[in-house]
Amino acid sequence: MMTFGRLTAISTAAALLIGAPAQADGTVEVLHWWTSGGEAKAMGTLKAAFEAQGGTWNDSPIAGGGGDAAMTALRARVVAGNPPTAVQLKGPGIQEWAEQSALNDVQDVAQSENWDAVLPPVLAGIMKYEGDYVAAPVNIHRVDWMWANPQLLEQADITEMPTTWDEFNAAADKLLAAGITPLAHGGQPWQDATVFEDVVLGVGGAEFYRKALVELDQNALTSETMVASFDQLRRLRGYVDPNFPGRDWNLATAMVMRGEAAFQIMGDWAKGEFLAAGKVPGEDFLCAPTPGNGYVLNSDSFTFFKVSGEENLKGQKVLASLIMSPDFQKTFNLAKGSIPARTDVPLDDFDVCAKKSHEDLLLAIENDTLVPSMAHEMAIPRSVRGEFLDLVTEFFNSDMSSEEAVQRLADAVARAS
Amino acid sequence: MSDTLSSGAKAGRWLERHLPKIVVSPLFALSLFFVYGFIAWTAYISMTPSGVMPNYEFQGLAQYGRLWATPRWYVAIKNLFVFSVLFIAISMTIGILLAVLLDQRVRAEGLIRTIYLYPMALSFIVTGTVWKWILNPGLGVERLMREAGFENFRFDWLVNSDYAIYTLVIAAVWQSSGYAMALFLAGLRSVDDEILKAANVDGASAWKTYTSIVLPILRPVFLSTVIILSHLAIKSFDLVVALTGGGPGYATDMPATFMYAFAFQRSELGVAAASATMMLMTITAIIVPYLYSELRKTGS
Repeated sequence: MMTFGRLTAISTAAALLIGAPAQADGTVEVLHWWTSGGEAKAMGTLKAAFEAQGGTWNDSPIAGGGGDAAMTALRARVVAGNPPTAVQLKGPGIQEWAEQSALNDVQDVAQSENWDAVLPPVLAGIMKYEGDYVAAPVNIHRVDWMWANPQLLEQADITEMPTTWDEFNAAADKLLAAGITPLAHGGQPWQDATVFEDVVLGVGGAEFYRKALVELDQNALTSETMVASFDQLRRLRGYVDPNFPGRDWNLATAMVMRGEAAFQIMGDWAKGEFLAAGKVPGEDFLCAPTPGNGYVLNSDSFTFFKVSGEENLKGQKVLASLIMSPDFQKTFNLAKGSIPARTDVPLDDFDVCAKKSHEDLLLAIENDTLVPSMAHEMAIPRSVRGEFLDLVTEFFNSDMSSEEAVQRLADAVARAS
Repeated sequence: MSDTLSSGAKAGRWLERHLPKIVVSPLFALSLFFVYGFIAWTAYISMTPSGVMPNYEFQGLAQYGRLWATPRWYVAIKNLFVFSVLFIAISMTIGILLAVLLDQRVRAEGLIRTIYLYPMALSFIVTGTVWKWILNPGLGVERLMREAGFENFRFDWLVNSDYAIYTLVIAAVWQSSGYAMALFLAGLRSVDDEILKAANVDGASAWKTYTSIVLPILRPVFLSTVIILSHLAIKSFDLVVALTGGGPGYATDMPATFMYAFAFQRSELGVAAASATMMLMTITAIIVPYLYSELRKTGS
């Protein structure tokens, strides 16, 4: 089949993967909320790839509310019996819809392409319902990143990126003494929760993280380790400038960029901001994982809804195959700033932070320290996540004691689950 | 011939008699369905285990149990109470004051009235965004005062969990007191001049004239102002979203933002419906007795 000559690389790959000649087509309607900057560009690559193999692509972008508007539209579409072919939907949300029998599986495609062998098992588990793939991941974002401004670190005489929270605290105290804001942070519930889960990973380790934030084990939630995690979060609160409430994450990133704050704890979408501003990783900004030797996983995926009609079903299968093709995973993630969900895609064209992310991912799979993100809807249902966000954000914005926080968190989780 | 004419006239008369009902009935049916029908639907959903999708299995009052066990709901209720009381009281006080002052036959009254009324022309989103900048300690008033030399000046209510709710009051009062003024001014103008003259002749002071004569006459205006302002207060969703985003934390959450968060961000339709029903019952509990007593008085 390679002798067919050089069509576009992507369409060849797609054709190869579904084991059909190049006339593969089909119709898809894709509902998503990637409408800004790098995200829209990344989405464009998927559309181009699908159309390159002869299919019809109906775009349904619904911006607003970080996907809330799209979810509302989706609900209406499903109730009306007219769901889109694929929806940008992730984490336990996939299971919620699967339980409503609203999804189609693409197990035959997954089986013939052996997705099980190339996806991290934690991620594969999230994509499946009752053992069958109902969704395909497009990328992996790492949540436990720490971004830093090297000039400021130098001013405060800090030579190494901290690898434990104690080291971080020591470095932050030095920065404070030098009159520098140690931590750039945006006071929005999801950002508070992002920092919180990274702290839990660093204080308790991956095993504890899994027990507390994924399995919602009451013993873990009320343990001393959890109290210590809240203590550390309280400590971080002291390293944040007073104007943080309500600030957007990208403005916090800009503070690090402009030298107004030394660190930011945020997923690797922050890297996109640095790169867009023409900053060079390793020189103008530093990236290092937050303490804990783990890997907090966030992944965007497309979930396949129950459509009917041959054209639509065919489009759905082609799309599934296309999303998982190595070429698409590479072009998409170069545009989006994340790394491919497939672990077997070479990362030669990616930057050093992405390479580090990939390396740590493989290591985390091997050591079983890969954990799904709680703050980014990968680990627990939205209802329980909401309780976490409420509590963490209230803790961060008040003088609640760590003991009280732990007790209230445990109660809230018991109430919601 | 005369037969057809009289039957045509009969049809015409029938149409004339029933036309208003015919014209109104589709509207009536639509509002019956879309307003009261959906209120009933929401009330039912609040008694089901609905999550991401509506689920019609009856479950009793479990969602209300969950709602009243959620600390965030108490914050929302308390905020609504604090906000409504302050917002209505301050807007009305400023409104009356401005109206009385404007009523002293000042020059360029039309211009001044327009200036005071103008904020009402803005949407709450605009008001919220502007006040967010003004009140932000790093951008607005606090920074301005510090740059002017007052190094220790502090005005950080917006980022302070305990005071953020008052920033909402400030912005909302700024927006709505001009409207209250317009309502009161219209009321003042409708007071019979003869009464004022009589009071003057009897030697009543201006203060006495206003407190004992004019304001009691304005009673119906008070009623409509309270109703208009309280529905603005209860609906206050956009202002919260634009000014504080419900933050810091969820310190400025209101029942409306609470309901939005649970219905659309957390896939908890049941709890959201329960909170909506609670809001409806609260409004009913406050407004109905008030309306009843006021309307009975004016009716008799």
